[in-house]
Amino acid sequence: MSKDTGNPARAADSNAESRSAPGMPLLRIDAVVKKFGQFRAVDALSLDIQAGEFFALLGPSGCGKTTLLRMLAGFETPDEGRILLGGEDIAQISPHQRPVNMMFQSYALFPHLSVRDNIAFGLKRAKLPSSEIGARVKEMVTLVKLDGLEKRKPDQLSGGQRQRVALARSLARRPKLLLLDEPLAALDKKLRESTQLELMELQRRLGLTFIIVTHDQQEAMTMAARIGVMDAGRLEQVASPRDLYEAPRSRWIAEFVGDINLIEGKLDTIEGSHATIARRLAIVTEQAGTIHIAKPSHPLSRTSVCVAIRPEKIKLSRRAPVSDDVRAINRLEGVVADVGYLGGVTGYKIELDSGLILRSSLANTARLDSDAYGLGQRVVAWFSPEDCVVLEQ
Amino acid sequence: MASATNKLSRFNITALALGLSFLYLPIVILIVYSFNASRLVTVWGGWSLHWYDEFFHDQAMIDAAWMSLRVGATSATLATILGTLAAVALSRGAGFKGRTLFSSMLYAPLVMPEVITGLSLLLLFVAINAERGFWTVVIAHTTLTMCFVSVVVQARLGAIDRSFEEAAMDLGCDPLRAFAAVTLPLILPSVAAGWMLAFTLSLDDLVIASFTTGPGSATLPIRIYSEVRLGVKPEINAICTLVVALIAVVIVVASLASKISDARGKNAAPL
Amino acid sequence: MSAEANFTRPARLAAIAPYVWMALFFLVPFLFVLKISLSQTAIAQPPYTPVFSLDEGWEAIKTAFAALSLDNFRLLVSDDLYVLSYLRSLAVAGVSTAILLLIGYPIAYGMARLPQRWQGVAMMLVIVPFWTSFLIRIYAWINILQHDGLLNQILLALHVVSKPMVWLSTDSAMYLGIVYSYLPFMILPLYATLSKMDPALLEAAADLGASPRQAFWRVTFPLSLPGVGAGALLCFIPIVGEFVIPDLLAGSNALMIGQTLWLEFFNNKDWPTASAVAVVLLLLLLAPLLLYDRLQRRQLERT
Repeated sequence: MSKDTGNPARAADSNAESRSAPGMPLLRIDAVVKKFGQFRAVDALSLDIQAGEFFALLGPSGCGKTTLLRMLAGFETPDEGRILLGGEDIAQISPHQRPVNMMFQSYALFPHLSVRDNIAFGLKRAKLPSSEIGARVKEMVTLVKLDGLEKRKPDQLSGGQRQRVALARSLARRPKLLLLDEPLAALDKKLRESTQLELMELQRRLGLTFIIVTHDQQEAMTMAARIGVMDAGRLEQVASPRDLYEAPRSRWIAEFVGDINLIEGKLDTIEGSHATIARRLAIVTEQAGTIHIAKPSHPLSRTSVCVAIRPEKIKLSRRAPVSDDVRAINRLEGVVADVGYLGGVTGYKIELDSGLILRSSLANTARLDSDAYGLGQRVVAWFSPEDCVVLEQ
Repeated sequence: MASATNKLSRFNITALALGLSFLYLPIVILIVYSFNASRLVTVWGGWSLHWYDEFFHDQAMIDAAWMSLRVGATSATLATILGTLAAVALSRGAGFKGRTLFSSMLYAPLVMPEVITGLSLLLLFVAINAERGFWTVVIAHTTLTMCFVSVVVQARLGAIDRSFEEAAMDLGCDPLRAFAAVTLPLILPSVAAGWMLAFTLSLDDLVIASFTTGPGSATLPIRIYSEVRLGVKPEINAICTLVVALIAVVIVVASLASKISDARGKNAAPL
Repeated sequence: MSAEANFTRPARLAAIAPYVWMALFFLVPFLFVLKISLSQTAIAQPPYTPVFSLDEGWEAIKTAFAALSLDNFRLLVSDDLYVLSYLRSLAVAGVSTAILLLIGYPIAYGMARLPQRWQGVAMMLVIVPFWTSFLIRIYAWINILQHDGLLNQILLALHVVSKPMVWLSTDSAMYLGIVYSYLPFMILPLYATLSKMDPALLEAAADLGASPRQAFWRVTFPLSLPGVGAGALLCFIPIVGEFVIPDLLAGSNALMIGQTLWLEFFNNKDWPTASAVAVVLLLLLLAPLLLYDRLQRRQLERT
């Protein structure tokens, strides 16, 4: 594991090797179960992660994401299933013998050791020659821009600096896989955003494989190429950030990721005769009449469904759009019940005559907006069938 | 803590001041009188080191002091080793067979009346025909003081984030190495505090030592006690002052050590 | 085989040495106390023959059991000396604990309200006397309380009294000594609970209309009860068996049970009776000991 001596590029090479194993991902989690007493913290979960990937595990607290990460690091042992790293089952291997390193949420920097000794800690365990250790520490210090602070103790560092030491320490052994447990949770917003970019840059440059656990959607979306959303010990969906947002697989995902309007209804089995709605489905809802949606790529198996539409995809106007444009085919009338000015956007709540509340968010494209809608104003909310997602109940 | 509801009241300050002077005044008076030139304990006859001189020529007293120091150092060292092991087992060993009995055996001596502990140990030593003297007192003191060490170290271990140990293992340490490289340095201040507590407790003990020692191996408290029973003697003032001075040195060293360890991380539990 | 278990196994091995030590030198000795307390005075009187010697084997142990008797316990019940001793010990311990609580609580409360940086200093100041010798502190009081001691000199000089008062060898002196010696044991657990209390609780109480007095009795005091319990037990249990303080400061007309045990053992050389006294004392203290055990466990072993 840490016997490989060379620069980060070499470390990337060793990843490339495992990538070249035919058809084998770097990490394969195979039907892993972890029980705490009766509680199934991780429930028959399977997941493949490719070498060089930046993967995020997202989910509410208690969903099992941290337990999964701790099983990868070796701090918990799966009750069932296998964890294959480069084709080798590591489920039963002790943490100190795994070519995997972890960055802790609390950083867990050893308070009695200097920055240098913290970074060198893992290298000394690997019995590297001291010249090699010195060079590697130097390289890491430069990598995370901590030059000049090598002799400081952790309590003499700022929060951002501590985070960097923790990162350098976990990278020093050149792990095949780096696990990051809420690595940015302790930083304030501005610092968090700049650190996100630095982490991504670092991951790309070193060609490492990162798995990050976070409960912050924006963080996951900004950084990861792929996100796995967990709930109750299972992966609800694994997708790119865009797909997760625009094509949620379930109602739970749709509601968990971002804001969304959900309208329940039944699939109208009689295909519309109108030419403009030929390639569309009609959903008959109790609270919002008939809504036309684009035909999903997979046929629906049930008639009882749910129409999901993001607030920013609902436009507002004072009168019904006159055009016969298909993009305005879904029109719902209501009254502005709430206005929330958020700077870049304004969120509106429109109460339909049926009592259903629709949320719409409009970009504030002009500084002085005399056209803004006021409370109690009657408006038409309209949206395109293409912007609707149909979710089976 | 400067908000209106939590401000110190005059009552609070008075309580503190009275409490602290109650604790310290008798010791201060004792120290002052140890430098009294007068033979009469209560009449001030000017400053003098006469009674210290007296002590340094009292061979029996010096033998007793030497015995106490040896017993204290030996039993404190044994107690620190055993107590630290016990603390590690209790705070990191999770549930094991006989754990409840184990922890009860460690907690009970903290409050157990000394006459009971002393008597029971003596009966054991007599039953196994052990020759009473230095080693029986050491064993008795170790038994008592390791419980204090264990509590002090256990409190500190409980305050240490487990992720330090996990991080060490993540970085390639097996459990034993992780303990040696990370946990031990972090608990060292309280291990040291434990040693000093054990040492002073041993130096202080009269009752248990009286039961477990043999003829000819009196400890300092045993000698002081027999003298005090006969009435106050200025020489005793001098001895007591020396003991207080010794303990003061130990405390200063301890607080310096904890200052150093403060710079390293969190505070050590002082007791 | 999780990391937890990884660390747990060596940690459990660490228990072996202290476990064996405590079993051998704390638990087993009680069996000897019990054994001697049940044996005849004549047999057990020094010069003492060992209870067990390995070469005599099982038969000897059986005969030893046959010789057991409850005579010593009958003596304890029939002789007023012992019963009164026990009662006096419990009474002294109860009264002392109450006084300690009354004095210790305001001090601990004052400490908890000091500015943060002074709290450590105050705590050190309370602990330091505890580190200095217990015997020396009692001795210091003898210095002050004796017939021509400092207290009488001051009182005479101030013309508060016309002739020296008798302080030494009274119950007041004993209570003073007990309170003085045990005060840190009362203050520290109280301070520990009081200092952990969130100051926002009192602000919330004030915000909801409680006067400072009400806030104290309705919020602070109930929350400090675990500390009160710990402090009270930490003082009560050892005071019941206290020997040195009553021996040096109290008069000799009424004895505490620790003194009685000491006398039986060292002066009368009656080991069986001394053992029986210890057994009954232990039984009396069993309930508070178990309570203390539970408190201690909760405090140190929460996970």
